[in-house]
Order: sequence, then structure tokens, then C-alpha cells
Amino acid sequence: MPVNTKAVGKRYEPVLYAVGREKLREYARAVGETNPVHLDVEAARAVGFADVVAPPMFAVVYSAPSVGPPIFDPEVELNFPLMVHGGQEFEWGPVVVAGDEIITATTVKDISERDGRGYYVFESISTNQDGAQVCRGTWTNIVRGV
Amino acid sequence: MSRAKIAGEPGAKIPELRVTPDKYLTFRYAGASGDYNPIHIDDEFARAVGLPGRILHGLWTMAQVARAQADAAGGPEHLKRLSVQFRGMGMPEQEIVVSGTVREAGDGRVVIDTVAEQTGNQIIRNAEAEVEL
Repeated sequence: MPVNTKAVGKRYEPVLYAVGREKLREYARAVGETNPVHLDVEAARAVGFADVVAPPMFAVVYSAPSVGPPIFDPEVELNFPLMVHGGQEFEWGPVVVAGDEIITATTVKDISERDGRGYYVFESISTNQDGAQVCRGTWTNIVRGV
Repeated sequence: MSRAKIAGEPGAKIPELRVTPDKYLTFRYAGASGDYNPIHIDDEFARAVGLPGRILHGLWTMAQVARAQADAAGGPEHLKRLSVQFRGMGMPEQEIVVSGTVREAGDGRVVIDTVAEQTGNQIIRNAEAEVEL
């Protein structure tokens, strides 16, 4: 059965994420960060950051609320129980620090089929309170046996 | 002054990052990231869907790859791009090794081919990082 591509180009309502210092520290400890700019506000300020710095992969936390809805959107027709996360790309701009307010908007970038697998590609664009793009995420989800 | 630990020339290796996720790591990462998929936190569920047991979050492993590049380049602000493919699966309590080699360099930017291996399997492969030195 061919995949349905009618949702390609669909854009979802942007979602706001307020970056908290303790959440950043919790995340940094969970991924084993040892660089003090992720853990200690004084260390971060000493090298010129406004506050504790988000590890780059914290992008998954501030963009997740935006990337969830397309996965479960009936119009996308993604068979979630058979989905695997096949690939991920992030491109980063200025660093995110505690106190930032990040708005993320997600679009359906592509839906295609190869060798009986469905490829569902979502793109998230995250922007900070100054209008700078802090991250672009490309999320490739693969569904077996479409 | 740059704190980079890699030479910006093709063939240069980044310092290897070795990390062994402890038994309870997937629970802490689930809380920290908000990803409570039961395949990561419930052995019984994981086995029922054909896995050997709880598996690591792919995005946690990707964070190890990101950390290796950021540390090599002198800090998180130097990591500009990271693209990975998830293959196989990572398990708790077994060492992961992230390695990488500079493929091309120019204009203060360096492209690194990088992988994460666990017990001889590449659990993240075809990964490419771009850092600013």
C-alpha cells in the first residue's frame, strides 16, 4: 500500500518552551556533561554566558512538544507502533541559556516509501525571544511494512 | 584563545569518549528528557515486543556523540551541526565508545565523521558533525 503524502507541507501551531536552570542541570547530569558551563551559573558567567548553557542536544527537550503532534496527526497516517527513529539532524545557531523562551514550529517535510518502508520526515525550527534561530531539527521516522 | 583539542586538518582524530551507562540511567534520562517510552524503562514490556530488555534512548546516545564533538572543539557553542543514523540498539551497563576523524576542513569549520560503538556494534553510524574552531 503506498504511503499517503497529502500531509506534506502541513505546518503545526508553534509551541513555546521556557528554559529553566534546574531542568538544564537535570538534563546535563543525565547525559553525563562535565563541562561546568552546563552545571554552574558562575562558571557559565565567567566565560561570558548569561546563565547556565543548554547542552546542544537539549534541543530534543524544547522541540519535543512541537514534534509530537505531527506523529499522532491522523492526516499523516503514521503507524506509530511500527515506527522507529531512523535518523536525526540538528543544526544549531546561538546557544540556549536558562531563562530563554524558545518557540518551535514543525512542518511535515516529506513522506515517501522505499522498499516497503515509509519515511516520515519532520522539520522543526526553534527561535529564541530575540528572533534568532537556535536550532533546526530534521526528524526521520521509519515505519516498517507500510 | 581556543580550547579546541583537535587539529583542524583531515585525518585528525578527536579524543575518544568512553562512557558506561549505569543500570538506572534510562530512568534518569526518561525524566530529564520526558521520553517515557516503555521500551526504555520496562524490561517486561521490552521483552514482550522482542527486545533483549530495556534499551537505551537513541537520543541519549546521540547526546554522547554531541558531547564528544563539543568537548573536542572547545565547548558547546562550537558544535554547529550533527546528523546521525540510529542502528541496532544500545544496552545499559555496557561501555560505549565515541570516536571521530576529521574529513574536511576549511574557513574555521571542520567536518568530522563519527560513530558510537558498543561491544563492537555501531549503534550510531554514518554520523557527521560540523564544528567551528
